[in-house]
Amino acid sequence: MTIDLAIFIGLALISILTAISMLLSRDAVYSALFLVLNFLAVATLYLLLHAAFIAMVQITVYAGAIMVLFLFVIMLLGPSRDKLGGPFRWQLPVAVILGLGLIAEMALMLTARSDALPAGAAGLGEVFGSPASVGKLLFSEYLVPFEVTSILLLVAMVGAIILTHRGKQKGL
Amino acid sequence: MNVPTSYLIGLSGILFSLGVLGVLIRRNTIVIFMSIELMLNAANLAFISFARMMAPAVDALRGQVIVFFIIAVAAAEVAVGLALIVAIFRNKETVNIDEVNSLQG
Repeated sequence: MTIDLAIFIGLALISILTAISMLLSRDAVYSALFLVLNFLAVATLYLLLHAAFIAMVQITVYAGAIMVLFLFVIMLLGPSRDKLGGPFRWQLPVAVILGLGLIAEMALMLTARSDALPAGAAGLGEVFGSPASVGKLLFSEYLVPFEVTSILLLVAMVGAIILTHRGKQKGL
Repeated sequence: MNVPTSYLIGLSGILFSLGVLGVLIRRNTIVIFMSIELMLNAANLAFISFARMMAPAVDALRGQVIVFFIIAVAAAEVAVGLALIVAIFRNKETVNIDEVNSLQG
C-alpha cells in the first residue's frame, strides 16, 4: 500500500465516521461539531488534490462562517433533543433501506465499469489550483458569474434580515 | 496524491448517501439542513476529483471554479434557510419538522 493510499483511507474513514456520527448524535451541537470535522477532513483531501485555493475557501467559509452561523442558531433556539422516528414508525427502516440502496447503486455503477477511472497525471506543478490561477480564471472568463454571485449574496443578506426582522408587521 | 479517481468518487457517493439518509431520518430541521450541506460537500468533492483527473489540461481548472460558486450559493442558502428556521421557531416554538405541518402562520 502506498503512502498516498494510506492517507486517503485515513481521511475517508474520518469523513465517513464523522458524517455517521453527525446523523446519530442526539444533540444538534454535537452534530454541528462533527460536521466541522467532516469539512476539515474533506478540505485536507482538496489540498492533496491540488486545490489549495478551494481548500482554504472550504475552511474559512464552510468550517468557519457557515458552521458558526449554524451553532449560533442552535444556541439561539435552545437545546432540543429529538428522537429518531417520530409519528411515522415505518419511516426509519424505509429511509435506511433507501439510503443503502442508493449506496449500493453507486457502488454498482462504479464497479460495473471494467476500466476504473485513472488517477490524475503525476508531477503536477504548484501552478495548478493555486489562488493565482483560480483567481485569473475567476476574474477573466467567469467575471459575470462572479459579479452575479455578489448580487446573490446581497439578496440573501437582505432576505435573511427581512425574515428575522421583528418589525411592526404581524407574524414574522 | 496518486489515488484512483474511482475511490474519490466512491467516497463522494457515500457522503452524499449519508446526507440523503440524514434528510430522511432526522426530525430536527437544523440537522436536516446540515445534511443538505453534507450533500453539497460531496458534490464538491466529485468536482475537485474530476478536475484533478483531467489535471494538466487548462479546462480542468474550471471544475474548481464551479466549486467556488457552489460554496458561494451554499452560503447564501444557509443564510436564508436559517432565517426561515428562526422565523418558524418564533411562530411554532419548535424545530421538529413533523410539527410544522400547516401552511397557516
